[in-house]
Amino acid sequence: MEADPVKVQAPPAAGRHSPGRLLEPLLSDLSESGRKGFQFPKLDVPEVPIERLIPERFLRREDVPLPEVSERDLVKHFLRLAHLNFSVETNFYPLGSCTMKYNPKVNEEIAALAGFSKVHPCTPDPALQGILKLLFDLEELFKEILGMDAVTLQPAAGAHGELTALLIASAYHRARGSHRTKVVVPNSAHGTNPASAALAGLTVVEIESTSRGRVSLSALQRAMDKEAAVFMLTNPNTLGLFEEEVLEIASLVHEKGALMYMDGANLNALLGLFRPGDMGFDMVHVNVHKTFAIPHGSGGPGAGPVGVQAALKPFLPGPIVVREPQGAGVFRYRLASPGSDSIGRVRSFFGNVGALVRAYAYLRALGKEGLRGVSEGAILNANYLKALVRKEFPAAVDEPCLHEFVATAKEWKAKTGVRALDIAKRLLDHGFYAPTIYFPLIVEEALMVEPTETESRQTLEAFAQALAAIAREAEETPHRVQTAPHRMPVSRLDEVAAARSPNVRWRTGASS
Amino acid sequence: MDYVPITPNDRKVMLERIGVDSFEDLLSGIPPAIPRARLKLPAGLSETELLKETERLARSNATVGSHLCFLGAGAYDHLIPSVVRYVAGRGEFLTAYTPYQPEASQGTLQAMYEYQSLLCDLTGMEAANASLYDGASALAEACVLALRLTQRSKLAVSAGLHPEYRQTVETYLKRSAGAVGLIPLRGGATDLEAARGLIDDQTAAVVAQMPNAFGCLEPVEELAQRAHKAGALFIVVVNPISLGLLFPPGAYGADVVVGEGQPLGNELNFGGPYLGLFACREDLLRKIPGRIVGMTQDGHGRRGFVLTLQTREQHIRRSKATSNICTNEAMMALTACVYLAALGKEGFKEAARQNALKAHYAHDRLIRLKGIKPLFSEPFFNEFALSLPEDPELVNRKLLDAGFLGGLPLKRWDPALKTGWLVSVTESRTREEIDHFVETVWKLIR
Repeated sequence: MEADPVKVQAPPAAGRHSPGRLLEPLLSDLSESGRKGFQFPKLDVPEVPIERLIPERFLRREDVPLPEVSERDLVKHFLRLAHLNFSVETNFYPLGSCTMKYNPKVNEEIAALAGFSKVHPCTPDPALQGILKLLFDLEELFKEILGMDAVTLQPAAGAHGELTALLIASAYHRARGSHRTKVVVPNSAHGTNPASAALAGLTVVEIESTSRGRVSLSALQRAMDKEAAVFMLTNPNTLGLFEEEVLEIASLVHEKGALMYMDGANLNALLGLFRPGDMGFDMVHVNVHKTFAIPHGSGGPGAGPVGVQAALKPFLPGPIVVREPQGAGVFRYRLASPGSDSIGRVRSFFGNVGALVRAYAYLRALGKEGLRGVSEGAILNANYLKALVRKEFPAAVDEPCLHEFVATAKEWKAKTGVRALDIAKRLLDHGFYAPTIYFPLIVEEALMVEPTETESRQTLEAFAQALAAIAREAEETPHRVQTAPHRMPVSRLDEVAAARSPNVRWRTGASS
Repeated sequence: MDYVPITPNDRKVMLERIGVDSFEDLLSGIPPAIPRARLKLPAGLSETELLKETERLARSNATVGSHLCFLGAGAYDHLIPSVVRYVAGRGEFLTAYTPYQPEASQGTLQAMYEYQSLLCDLTGMEAANASLYDGASALAEACVLALRLTQRSKLAVSAGLHPEYRQTVETYLKRSAGAVGLIPLRGGATDLEAARGLIDDQTAAVVAQMPNAFGCLEPVEELAQRAHKAGALFIVVVNPISLGLLFPPGAYGADVVVGEGQPLGNELNFGGPYLGLFACREDLLRKIPGRIVGMTQDGHGRRGFVLTLQTREQHIRRSKATSNICTNEAMMALTACVYLAALGKEGFKEAARQNALKAHYAHDRLIRLKGIKPLFSEPFFNEFALSLPEDPELVNRKLLDAGFLGGLPLKRWDPALKTGWLVSVTESRTREEIDHFVETVWKLIR
């Protein structure tokens, strides 16, 4: 049974900037001199030659060579592009570690309310009371869910949250007169962990994992010296497994004077069940675009709030939302600068408020019960799918998982030459987006599957059937799998050529 | 309201297949010493209740719809064509993620390639990435690039840079030993004489903003020359709308161009999500932070797009990556792409022209009011600084009651600028609105 996931349009002729056969011309190819997609109101102030206002040496000599396209053609162009995408709304998207859950429509409606979307960031505080109350309350919600004493909502993404948290950790150690420059991470860590550490000016030490995919306490013991500032741990880890020795890990790390940092990428497994603060973590970042149902936007935006324990609060970035009681249960909210210990600013203005408003709406809709239902659903779905595919694609560590599991295709590679990459590509032909592959690095031929709680049992069963069909195919006609996809708008693309002689923009001539 | 489709029957079937008696069995690996969460949270809300509550919160904020906006300072009230919102709201773009599987992501990938191309055309640069978080963090990334590339330790930053950008750069660099030297202004623009003493063979980059935070146009050509003479990069922060009129950074020798892309069709959103613009010279391509989309072909000779030069990135290079960027602002980049294409060559020029003409009209009327003086005499684009005869915070409070968002009180940036007031006028304002604003200001200060 093969779905026909995407209707492939007849390829139009090659364009001026588009050599070869193509699915949809480039905007620059659609351009026709004199067309326009928007009309400004007629100028109503006196018209003065621009040169009289701005000296000629500052003015451009040629117009920006932007494409000239009608509104109708623009809509056609972008809708045809849209149809070339898989998305959560059109396909099962079990991309491990990314929590591709359904994004409720009401949150979009709320974020688009003028009172949130059309607010200037420098508006005087008295005219911002609703938005500041929302942000203050959201911090409170995060504090409660995470078991932390303070939260900054500023970071724009998970990796930005990591950077912020590591800068906070450095400032904390410096304030205590201790010069610590090392960040310890397990070798199963997300790539952003070491990259954020490097950006924060810290050196990274990777430690090995046990055969059960957990942190090796003895390796950790060896790595934790006087230089160690932070131990970064994802829990549940990137294999979807709970770090059972997290309390022992925390005492070891604290004994050495270092801080426990939780990468919150996998928080969807814990909501309403367990709190990072109760597991010995001093700081944690949250990916609102994963756990809190903000649409991933083809790559962003997200937001990466960071929660910390009381001792780290003075180091949080600013500005901060302050609530002042006015008597009779009335509060006034204002934005304030943080104290002198603060790490400073990590971006302009307050934060990705549009994303934070959606997270607030999601949390209020769920409430306490709904929150636990999310994690329970995520865990149940992951374990069910793991059981359904166990025969063909066993988990790397065969234990009950939390919100995701990592299967391995190493037997298939040995037996038929079919690799995890091939299976991922063949899944696309079946109308399913691929799991995360070749991650975590400690699992051979890894397929990291995260179904999330919003998918139905029927969807999971269809996905398992597709995987079983691919397994049969790998045995019978491996070449068919190795050359997949066959039903997508394009087949495998030459990534080597793309990197060898990069073409990252069209050349309109006028500007080059 | 939750969004979980698992029925009691599903649950029974699933637990059976998993081979456990209860859900709790799935948590058996979690040590009992870790307490269960007992959250103090309100009960969940239905969609109707949620809308009522959030609408109430939304209503109490002043918006650029409820008030006439003369406020800029890094975020601007521009007209947004309907088609932009429509495309950016499509679920096929909105609910996809970073295009790791290019065969199932050609829509996003082509749109990002188009965005990169448009950004290059706009800036006159040769390469661009597929977005960073915002203008301030994009500048910080550019500074990191310069320090690594030149192996030098200092930056020379114009005092005309938006203070929040400078603060962000300082935060990013605190741990990588980059000293940030401030080039003072003379009048409203960077002092070239003072720059001389601050740029030397340890300077990795000279950073300026065009137009600068006070609205003034900068001697960018001279700054670029000074930077290059010392072997430093010239990094410029641009307002993209101004490039409809102003000469492109590629023409005056910029090495890296960054900026805030919010004006390109993105909502104000109380400060984010915005769009970090990043474009540079061709030879810096392999040093760029963040995602880059490139054109290639499949085995059948069909054109396609992929994430390229990924060996720069964190998921491959880990601690050796050019940046830690993973999630970016792709939807804001798509928005900018549709916006630029909707306006087109003529429309974009018209937008910039109307900004300049309306801002100058407002400026000329305001400085004719007794007691109001221009703070600087340099040429400007759509934003200018004035000196008010009264506390600008006070004037703003009265203006708010009268239905206006007044300019930014500059003492928020620099206590010495007690009477400074930064006013922005975009194409969104009509002549009637500007006149009404000028008359109201006059009533309040006379």
